Amino acid sequence: MARDPRQRFAQTAADLVEEDLSVALVYAEISGQFFGDVESRHPDRVVNVGIREQLLVNVGAGLALSGMRPIVHTFGSFLVERAFEQVKLGFGHQDVGGVLVGSGGSFDIASGGRTHQSPGDVALMGTLPGWTLHVPGHADEVEAALRQSVAGDGRAYLRVVSQQNARAFPVRPGHFHVVRRGAGPTVLAVGPMLDPVLEALAGLDVTVLYANVVRPFDSGTLRAVLGSPEVVLVEPYLAGTSSRFVSDALSDVPHRLLALGVRNEELRRYGSPSQHIAAHGLDAAGIRASVDRFLAGPVGGAA
Amino acid sequence: MNLTTLTAPPRPTYDDLPHLMSLMTGDEKHSAAATSTLDVLWVLYDRVLRVGPDSIDDPQRDRFYLSKGHGPMAYYATLAAKGFIPVDWLAGWGTFESPLGYHPDRVLVPGVEISSGSLGHGLPLAVGTAFGLRAQGLASRVVVLVGDAELDEGSNHEAVELAGAMSLGNLTVVVVDNASSTYNRRGIIPGRFAHEGWHAVTVDGRDHDALERALTRRPDGRPGVVVAEVESK
Repeated sequence: MARDPRQRFAQTAADLVEEDLSVALVYAEISGQFFGDVESRHPDRVVNVGIREQLLVNVGAGLALSGMRPIVHTFGSFLVERAFEQVKLGFGHQDVGGVLVGSGGSFDIASGGRTHQSPGDVALMGTLPGWTLHVPGHADEVEAALRQSVAGDGRAYLRVVSQQNARAFPVRPGHFHVVRRGAGPTVLAVGPMLDPVLEALAGLDVTVLYANVVRPFDSGTLRAVLGSPEVVLVEPYLAGTSSRFVSDALSDVPHRLLALGVRNEELRRYGSPSQHIAAHGLDAAGIRASVDRFLAGPVGGAA
Repeated sequence: MNLTTLTAPPRPTYDDLPHLMSLMTGDEKHSAAATSTLDVLWVLYDRVLRVGPDSIDDPQRDRFYLSKGHGPMAYYATLAAKGFIPVDWLAGWGTFESPLGYHPDRVLVPGVEISSGSLGHGLPLAVGTAFGLRAQGLASRVVVLVGDAELDEGSNHEAVELAGAMSLGNLTVVVVDNASSTYNRRGIIPGRFAHEGWHAVTVDGRDHDALERALTRRPDGRPGVVVAEVESK
């Protein structure tokens, strides 16, 4: 199986079309290089709508209305941001299920610039009720998340990006994994942020949680492992996207929160994904520097 | 009045629709705008669509998507006349306790196939459903009602292009044309569809026999558009 998360998505989607007559795959040119075989074998259930993203999402929803299980795919920027009302009304308001798969994330297409980056996708999807939001940090997690989502009947968004961790974890919506236990702060690493977090915080007495599903948000595990009342969120998309869930989980606990992620200002740089990750302070060095400032204390408000 | 009881009165006809609408509007006389869709809706449910109150979940049923969700009184009146919803739902529509809103919600109203209101969604949804019916080997068809001004929305044009290219013969669009689009000109709509490979016809939107002929499914494998012209808004 492919080691690259996006290729693994495409392989798994093709396998699911082969395995299950109720599954349909809808895409809009993007990733067509991976779908040629399955499209020629199942032209009724694999549909390329062309460069038409509003149509892409509503064709998926219309398939669901007819009783099929749609997988809907393009870059996250076009899937969630461009066609957001179609996501809101086509799936949620119609009350039908489907699986949306956005690739590219915040940095994959660094050299493409802002038009091809979607750091706000999870924040936007988080405004809609009833969606399970997957942020897999490994190709194996991509496959597991897609298979689980397609087998269900609900609404799921999968954020598939090229950055990944060395190790895969099980995919269990509503459940965060405890990676390390410590007496100090609790750090929640989301998706591909886990490896940089572990590298950054080696030697610190911290608890590290890992989330490859961020909605539902596992408040129970966060509360259960909380040592010192300090929480650090490290998310591979817009900084602070999950802050309100931490606040809600700890509404009766005086606490401090550091929310790391993609900064809201436009970088206006091209280059490589790793350069963008570093520029947003999401490589190991950047995470360590932010955490050190945060743990130095609230006095002065430097964090 | 409860249409579901064994002692129900005679089945309502087209002539009962003004009264049913008056239960919502409080007025027996209705403007042309309020009734622009009335004849199309009646002909569809009375003569064309293979769907009834007992088959709203049947996979084999024909689907009707009211994309132009604005001004749904004629739609609710037709659904009540045909027994999909109780007549006593009509009074009090739009209130907090009523399942009938100013834009229909498929979750709340039996027989309503899509929730609409925001324009430009019904036809793209119908394209997806047409694909789904075809993939499942179902002989059902999808009929979508849009307004002429609704075609301003660019999402429709994405759908028209793809449906033509993919020969979705199980898809029919009926455009109720009351010349309400700011930049529209009467007569240009059929050409837009025909250009993308659709069968296109224009009829008098008040002529039931003409509507029935135009809305009856054709076997030529192309999607069809019926432009139903009514009085200008």
